[in-house]
Amino acid sequence: MIKTKINNVDVETPEGTSILWAARKAGFNIPTLCQHPDLVPGGQCGICVVEIEGVPGLKRSCMTPVGEGFTVRTHTQRVMTVRKQLVELILSNHDTDCLTCIKNNSCELQKLAATLGVDTLEYPKFEEKLPIDKTSVSIVRDPNKCILCGRCTQVCSDIQTVNALAINNRGCDTVITTAFDAGLGNSVCINCGQCVVHCPVGALYENSQIEQVWEALHDPDKFVVVQEAPAVRVMLGEEFGMPPGSLVSGKMHAALRRLNFDAVLDTNFAADLTIMEEGTELLSRLTSGKNLPLITSCSPGWIKFMETFYHDMIPHMSTAKSPQQMFGTLSKTYYAQQKGIPPEKIVSVSIMPCTAKKFECQRPEMNISGYQDVDYVLTTREIGRMMREAGIDLKEMPDEPADDIMGDYTGAGTIFGATGGVMEAAIRSAYFLVTGRELENLDVIPVRGLKGIKEAEIDIDGTKVKVAVAHSCGKARELMDKVAAQLEKDGKCEYQFIEVMACPGGCVGGGGQSWGSNMAKRARRGESLYEEDKLMPHRRSHENPSVQAVYEKFLGKPNSEKSHKLLHTHYYKRSTVDGKVLPENKISE
Amino acid sequence: MNRVRNHVLISIDAGTIMAGARAVEKALTEEIVRQGLSDEITVLETGSIGATGQGVIIVVYPEGVYYGNVTVQDIPQLVEEHLLKGRLVKRLLLSELPKQHVVTKEKTGLLKEQPRIVLRNSGIIDPENIDEYIAREGYEAIGKAFSLKPEGVIEEIKKSGLIGRGGAGFPTAMKWGFAHNAPGDQKYIICNADEGEPGTFKDRLILEGDPHKLIEGMIIAGYAIGATKGFIYIRGEYSLSIERLEKAIAQARQYELLGDNILESGFSFDLSVMKGAGAYVCGEETALIESLEGKRGHPRLKPPFPAIAGLWHKPTVVNNVETLANIPEIIWRGATWYRGYGTEKCPGTKVYTIIGNVATPGIIEAEMGTTLRDIIYEYAGGIKEGKKFKCALVGGAAGAFLGPDMLDVQMDFANLKEYAAVLGSGAILVMDEDADIVDMLQSVLHFFKHESCGHCVPCRLGTAQLVKVIDRIAASKGIKEDIEKLSNISDVMRDTSFCPLGQSLCLPISSALKYFHDEVYARIPL
Amino acid sequence: MDKEAILKKFKPTLDNILYILHDLQDENPQHYLSKDDIKVCADYLNIPYSYTHSVASFYTMFSMKPRGRNIIRLCDSPPCHLMGSKSLLDYLQRTLKVTTGETTKDGIFTLELTSCLGACGVAPAMMVNNEMFGNLTPEKVDTILDKRRKEL
Repeated sequence: MIKTKINNVDVETPEGTSILWAARKAGFNIPTLCQHPDLVPGGQCGICVVEIEGVPGLKRSCMTPVGEGFTVRTHTQRVMTVRKQLVELILSNHDTDCLTCIKNNSCELQKLAATLGVDTLEYPKFEEKLPIDKTSVSIVRDPNKCILCGRCTQVCSDIQTVNALAINNRGCDTVITTAFDAGLGNSVCINCGQCVVHCPVGALYENSQIEQVWEALHDPDKFVVVQEAPAVRVMLGEEFGMPPGSLVSGKMHAALRRLNFDAVLDTNFAADLTIMEEGTELLSRLTSGKNLPLITSCSPGWIKFMETFYHDMIPHMSTAKSPQQMFGTLSKTYYAQQKGIPPEKIVSVSIMPCTAKKFECQRPEMNISGYQDVDYVLTTREIGRMMREAGIDLKEMPDEPADDIMGDYTGAGTIFGATGGVMEAAIRSAYFLVTGRELENLDVIPVRGLKGIKEAEIDIDGTKVKVAVAHSCGKARELMDKVAAQLEKDGKCEYQFIEVMACPGGCVGGGGQSWGSNMAKRARRGESLYEEDKLMPHRRSHENPSVQAVYEKFLGKPNSEKSHKLLHTHYYKRSTVDGKVLPENKISE
Repeated sequence: MNRVRNHVLISIDAGTIMAGARAVEKALTEEIVRQGLSDEITVLETGSIGATGQGVIIVVYPEGVYYGNVTVQDIPQLVEEHLLKGRLVKRLLLSELPKQHVVTKEKTGLLKEQPRIVLRNSGIIDPENIDEYIAREGYEAIGKAFSLKPEGVIEEIKKSGLIGRGGAGFPTAMKWGFAHNAPGDQKYIICNADEGEPGTFKDRLILEGDPHKLIEGMIIAGYAIGATKGFIYIRGEYSLSIERLEKAIAQARQYELLGDNILESGFSFDLSVMKGAGAYVCGEETALIESLEGKRGHPRLKPPFPAIAGLWHKPTVVNNVETLANIPEIIWRGATWYRGYGTEKCPGTKVYTIIGNVATPGIIEAEMGTTLRDIIYEYAGGIKEGKKFKCALVGGAAGAFLGPDMLDVQMDFANLKEYAAVLGSGAILVMDEDADIVDMLQSVLHFFKHESCGHCVPCRLGTAQLVKVIDRIAASKGIKEDIEKLSNISDVMRDTSFCPLGQSLCLPISSALKYFHDEVYARIPL
Repeated sequence: MDKEAILKKFKPTLDNILYILHDLQDENPQHYLSKDDIKVCADYLNIPYSYTHSVASFYTMFSMKPRGRNIIRLCDSPPCHLMGSKSLLDYLQRTLKVTTGETTKDGIFTLELTSCLGACGVAPAMMVNNEMFGNLTPEKVDTILDKRRKEL
């Protein structure tokens, strides 16, 4: 332990702790801008500088470890003046159209300027305007707001290993852009949106479809159905000032109803359905021994990542569509039929913690219903904005259930939102599908939690099934490299079933979640999902009465011909240059 | 075989090539053959002799006669008159042979002897021939170093008091000691030859004129710190240096001075040349390491220092060319001998490039402690056209403007620090009474804006705002708060910039304002 | 030399990236790094395109735009500035009818500025391709340009 004196407060911290964290422990909040708790500090902004007695100049507290006997001063006159000047410099090269900015009131730079009492724009503006990148269906990038903190490039290259964004040029011409400056939509970007949730300012945000959804809601000829992903119900509360991880399933349904959606349904229903399809697929592969390991396909960011960087894995992918897309298809087939609504009148909207879902719903193959299966995808942030616009305060909502016939869900469906959840849900049902008996202890603890790659061995009536779970594409890459090496060696792999989620923490950490995401908050949201799971009357997907009904009335049984046609999909090889589908594609089936 | 009567040295460096040295060399060789003198006269290429702006330079030995501005048309006369008949061609003589051009110990008349350590061989030997280097006691120091233990080598350097010549003024032995003591299975020595400091071209003289000296210095450094691999990072623009160095490395390998088990010592060492691609910031050691690793040249935060975690996070020493060129001399002649030069705190010599409004711009090697007045008036022939000295920008673009009151200050790393100035790279840009200080400051600030790497806010936006302010002042559109703004921005940059590039910009600004506040102020309209 | 041959000269390790980019640019008839040059380099080193693009864009010796047959790099560092490089820049821009960074319509010249070339002793100085010129005057510049215009 290292003893440091910070503004006359003695503090003891482990060796290697930065002065920034030591100061927080001592009760002093040193302002920062580029620093993010989940990333390696890069020292770009210089806001966090402090004085250390006997050391010349000012030191960046985010990158300077505590030293024995240091006497640190965090808020001297010099330091405070310098911080203000640095913010003024940043503002000279930043669009200060705060009132119309998407990040108004949630911008870290805006907060910092207010905290430090910046009251003038001291330096003249740089006049040159750069074009806004609108090439992507998921993400918009506005370089005029970018402060070059490097968070997006770090998360894109080091955590996700996608490398869509990189720093280019130098000096005051420095910009963050894609290879060949082609725009995110023409790059290897997987639309995961981690850049978006890490951006401190309004330089990165979702390609919004709020307007289209308002239009549909106001159109009396349209029947607008809405589904909400598992991870949204533990996030939306934060949009309304509730503590991180607040579980608001009932309030969410109520609020959506007040927004005038014609039917408030639930993605969790489709999550249960996914387990039926994917679980059955797993059993058939275990029986045949072919194309093992089976790899999950719920995460559209992961799908594009796999299609681009690991397309040799296509035969191993589960052909089951993601819950969003299963729901979309059923909303315009099964639901339309059961409710007697012409499918062309149905507008299918989904609320997702995800920006990649916007890309997924617009994939050309996602129209088996005869229409685009899911019409619009809104992120958690967007639905929060819509609710506020409509004067709805989520906190004040009563708890209401979702509507029938696609609104029931089990605890297994709800834990889809956390890393390991799909795996756990699949294990619960696979056990039943194989043995005809119910698994007694439903909590598969080894696949829970935020460890990058988790492993477990499940005994299904004497058959050992080894599974692995990875979250974040960096960890997925690590796992896929291992799998590929094993397969190349002797065609065998130690794992039979693998879950991959593109985002750190799984969907609770998705790129469509509220601004200011970090691992601690993601963990809290994940825990809430497991709490809801515990409270549910049914905790196994196959016990979901609505799922049983859809097979009975419409699909027949899991992996039936009809299920295959409607609920399964195929994948494409993509180019590492522009992320587009390669001409030499073979369909995976 | 006939005895060679004359050696004719033709200086081949970037400057003389520019003036047509290759064509002159060809004409000279042909003319010697034509006049039937090829058995008696040998033509040799040598590196720069330290004079610039004198066109093609030819030196005839043993007389030690210097001819300048030689053209192809002059060759027949020169060969016939001097080489055949032994008569000087007076019209071509370098009549105003400045003092720094004395390259040998032999005095020719009035000229003052100049101590040469670093430039001992430059302009005398053929840099493309390892034998010539060896003939002048080259590679002797390696043998001596091997007889000492690595600790002994470091001790000798420590005794010599050698201070790194890169600009930061850090004791070389201390750096070596850190790397020597740092745990690590692999260590590296890097030569920083990314000479980009405006006004500096001393390293190029060594690279082009005496590459083996650098190689020898690196072998010794590698031995001392325990590095088996060395890199020389050269600016991409220095194509002749790269070519010469690559040749020299190949020769050294051939002579088994590089490779496995050098001179049966059990020590193995090899060298590679790395070519930069145009980035001033790569002269900063951690940015250089990043660049060498194949990345953008963004500096790293120190600590950890490269000596602990440098290239590929292994213990690494980065030394300047001039520093390394001192090493063989110190080891061969001993620390005590070395301390006979220079000052108590900064022994040895310093190579200066003196340019701008002086009579004879060029390179000199002078003892540490030599005054600015001596350098300008004794070595560089004073101010051009008899004008008055206004100031000198000393230490490169990030150096300080020094006014007339600084002319008699003894220049070394320690002493200049007392005066809030730096020796930096040893560039001395002299300005006469007609120079416009706002214009010069504008040029300095534009330079930094262009070279900022863009990583940190203070440097990226600070340099850009400084340029806005100085452009306004230069266009006589400034307001009086602008002068304060220059100081304010550069102070923030000094305190919060990530690396020395941004931190050091306050020096030219504060010194310019110290001496010429009124001149700058006069540009502000009332 | 074709690109394959250039790549083969170097081990596929990241520290060779600048060498490879230099050689690819030198071999490119338009003296720049084309999209394909970036791609082959990235593929050879097994690194992302965005990374290669990012590195190349940092260094001023690399151009991402096609350039003329002769690249004029005028030094505008303080020493050359003191000796009159600014008026030479004006002269070059007028004569060539381009601004800095542009290529003449006939594709013969590209005008660029560079930091110190280490030719301060003969300031003002410039490089044309790999050749240095010092003590420049407008007349001298004219001679240099004329000679280059006649070359093919």
